[in-house]
Amino acid sequence: MSEPTMTEPPTAVDLADRRVRKPLARRSWLRRLRGTSAGHPLWRQPLTVVSVTILVAWLLIAALAPLIAPYDPLAQHAATYLPPSGAHPFGTDELGRDILSRLVYGARLSIPLALVIVALALAVGGVLGLVAGYLGRFVDEALMRLTDLVFAFPQIILAMAVSAAFGPSTRNAVLALVIVSWPVYARVIRSAVLTVRGEDYLHAARLLGVGPIRALRRDVVPNSVGPAVVLATLELGNAVLMLAALSFLGLGPRPPAPEWGAMIALGSHDLSKWWVSVFPGLAILTVVLAFNILGDALRDRIDPRYAKGRET
Amino acid sequence: MSGSALLSLDRLAVTLPGGVPVIHDATLHVEPGEIVGIAGESGSGKSLTAAALLNLLPAGSRVTGGATFAGEDLLGLDRAGWRRIRGAGISMVFQDPTAALHPMLPIGRQLTEHMRRHLGLSRSDARARAVELLDQVRIPDPQRTLRSYPHQFSGGMRQRVAIAIALACRPKLLIADEPTTALDVTVQAGILALLSRLRDETGLSVLFITHDLGVLSALTSRTYVFYAGRVMETGPTGALLSTPRHPYTAALLGARPHGAAGVGSLRPIPGSPVVPGQAPPGCPFAPRCDFATADCTSAPPEPAPIGTDRLSACPVAPELEVTP
Amino acid sequence: MTATTTAAAGTRPAARRPRVPNLVRFLGKRVAITIGLLWGVTVVTFALVHVVPGDAATANLSEQALNDPAVVAAYRAKWGLDQPIWQQYLHYLGNLLHGDLGTSQQTGRPVLTDLVQYVPATLELAVPSMILALVVGTAVGMLAAVRHGRASDQVVRVGSLLGLSTPPFWLSLVVLYLFFYLLGVSPSGGRLSPQFAPPPSVTGMYTVDAALAGQWAAAWDAVQHLVLPVLVLTCLTVATLIRFVRSAMLEVLQQDYIRAAYAKGLPTRTVLGRHLLRAGLVPVITVSGLAFASLLSGTVLVENIFGWPGLGQYAFRSATGLDLPSILGVSLFVALVYTGVNLLVDLLYGLIDPRIRLS
Repeated sequence: MSEPTMTEPPTAVDLADRRVRKPLARRSWLRRLRGTSAGHPLWRQPLTVVSVTILVAWLLIAALAPLIAPYDPLAQHAATYLPPSGAHPFGTDELGRDILSRLVYGARLSIPLALVIVALALAVGGVLGLVAGYLGRFVDEALMRLTDLVFAFPQIILAMAVSAAFGPSTRNAVLALVIVSWPVYARVIRSAVLTVRGEDYLHAARLLGVGPIRALRRDVVPNSVGPAVVLATLELGNAVLMLAALSFLGLGPRPPAPEWGAMIALGSHDLSKWWVSVFPGLAILTVVLAFNILGDALRDRIDPRYAKGRET
Repeated sequence: MSGSALLSLDRLAVTLPGGVPVIHDATLHVEPGEIVGIAGESGSGKSLTAAALLNLLPAGSRVTGGATFAGEDLLGLDRAGWRRIRGAGISMVFQDPTAALHPMLPIGRQLTEHMRRHLGLSRSDARARAVELLDQVRIPDPQRTLRSYPHQFSGGMRQRVAIAIALACRPKLLIADEPTTALDVTVQAGILALLSRLRDETGLSVLFITHDLGVLSALTSRTYVFYAGRVMETGPTGALLSTPRHPYTAALLGARPHGAAGVGSLRPIPGSPVVPGQAPPGCPFAPRCDFATADCTSAPPEPAPIGTDRLSACPVAPELEVTP
Repeated sequence: MTATTTAAAGTRPAARRPRVPNLVRFLGKRVAITIGLLWGVTVVTFALVHVVPGDAATANLSEQALNDPAVVAAYRAKWGLDQPIWQQYLHYLGNLLHGDLGTSQQTGRPVLTDLVQYVPATLELAVPSMILALVVGTAVGMLAAVRHGRASDQVVRVGSLLGLSTPPFWLSLVVLYLFFYLLGVSPSGGRLSPQFAPPPSVTGMYTVDAALAGQWAAAWDAVQHLVLPVLVLTCLTVATLIRFVRSAMLEVLQQDYIRAAYAKGLPTRTVLGRHLLRAGLVPVITVSGLAFASLLSGTVLVENIFGWPGLGQYAFRSATGLDLPSILGVSLFVALVYTGVNLLVDLLYGLIDPRIRLS
């Protein structure tokens, strides 16, 4: 039609332009965090503020445990199974240890260990995902089959088998959880790489003679950071949960370590002593919930697919 | 004139949730059996006007002013009232038939479900009417079409199905929101011809929304030009396109006002369209207008008559001369 | 009318490709993948159990017995642990092809017999939990999506995050404390109260078997034993489902065809119940496969606390005892369920979405 048509975006030119410009948007996940585009900035959302406060509080508790804990977490007091009181706000356990003190010291186990698990799994899965996504073909196929294999085992059963096989210890529990959790990262990073790889500007980069390593560093890595950050935050909560589950089953840090999952297990022998289980459970719950809320908010921000519903 | 009108909007204003005003003082009427065009860029509020006429605005939107359809006050309707109007009084055809048809429901279901409710037809009567409708929009093999799913048809055919669905309950007014934009040019012509024929055969009124001025001249008797949620100019389509009386319409037509050189040479409109909620206090087009005066930036100009059947919301309209 | 003919020329006759050969090819491919996966499971499990320092002898024999080399050697010889790994593996694989899963070192019974006993107990927990979670998850997720941004949406969001963040074993203890210890309305655990004998085994599920045998009191007792563990497992699964359904439904709600359905004058319940649900169900089905897998994980912990003699407990004892044949049996079974559920998901997918013609 020869009649004039109004400027109706997006035109084909616009789209092409947008595609070419995409590498410039590599920091966009950071910008979205600051909340320049849609909605309020992250720190204006009450739930997020609460979760960050909880996490900071737990980190402080872990750091300052000797100052905060009223007693030695391993010291056995004369009175066993004391219900919560002024002297022992959360009561004592079957060996007469102060539960509050053990909870406080437990933060020194659960939180750092979760960080280690996620960092290791992210490193392993991230590298494998990058390589598989970038090289494609046989390598990609082999890696995807391997992740399928890990997914075919229920997480906890595999983790259980691994840590049982290597013998129950903190190190082996961490190892087991890394083994069961790396495939998630590999998949996410791989698909991030694949989206980037399919895009025109990577072809353009190749035409311009940009080598694979440089392209990887310049385009692929920055584009994978957003999804990886979201996933890692959500997985931190999961790592705390799984670690607690393994210790609950007696496959985590050895007694008398004040691990929260193991503390809950102590309370399962005698239901009438509710305080033995309830407080460590609440500790786990608050930490995991905080990680999940934070991860959720980050995902709404960073992953445009999830932010969609919020714009209207 | 609005006494006999099928649809008349009187200074209709729409504010979206969050307090963003998107339509201001839109006055518009559609006569029975008339095809009326609404032209505007995206963001001009033309589609929101359509949404307002079916109460499909996002929850929490505020609509003020007057909107009368077939003697009934639309703004006073309750949920049951809207259910009665939607489909049977006013119906709508969307821009992209692929998105507007449910991908997982057979066409027969989508074509009959509202008929059975509005017209109280039995299952078999509804199917019989569905076949009739598909025939009317020129879809071959209607029986088989009823059992098919949208993905089994081409874009043009899907839009015909969508039109059949919109017409199923014998509405008096059809709102067509860019019904040809997503289609190939050759297919477009078929859809336009279909709408024109339906008007001739059934006395249907059509409110045709588009950004494509070329489509309007072939189909509509009158046109409203929207910009930033305001009616800039209105009049008979032919006259409006040949001698625009508003700088915005002129700019849209790509003609040079006071035509110096190059007849018909395309010229982009300087600046960019107004972002809803950030409109300047005066005429929304003033920042992009060659003719803007100090008056233009103080208050939005009221639409004023030009001749007998035209209105233009521009103070320089009487002196405006355009060489197309 | 030229315009109409041009447009009509653009119609593709509703293409109906032959479906059966497609389906056969599809199933064939899936069976091949499943066999590959099961083989992979045997390799990984064998490798895992053999790279570690200990073996079943060290895990199962007493301290005293371990000091006697003759006893250890006899134990190893009995279970074939003295042979080279590859020989053990080939031996296992050969037996497996004959349907022999080996003998459990823990129970001394054929692994298959063990599975037949423990699997129904777990299914009795998992199946009702999954159904409940699907129904509640879909309903609540849809409600949250429809009420997007309002107070009820926020409540659902926080509630589902809470569910996601609660350790299942802790929740089990809390509900036991409340309903058994404090209120006394629930049994403490197990599948049946001591005064009832297990019903004659047909399906292995006590509720069903008791009902089939007409032992209504026993069936009711079995149901009461089910309530708490099923409740915990449902909470565990429903949180994930709600979140997923909500975001899937939000996506669908943005679609033009939902607005078109309203524009047709359909009442809200038809739009939601027919148009929204139909489209939103596809992603729900996709995720329910994964949800079932995580539910099976959950049973390990929940069975432990409720003293439920199911697959989870069996897996736990096998893993801690390095009982290779049982670990393999459980792993193979779970992998089989995993692929089976995924296959079911894909078939359902094709059933609901006409655009997918199993390719």
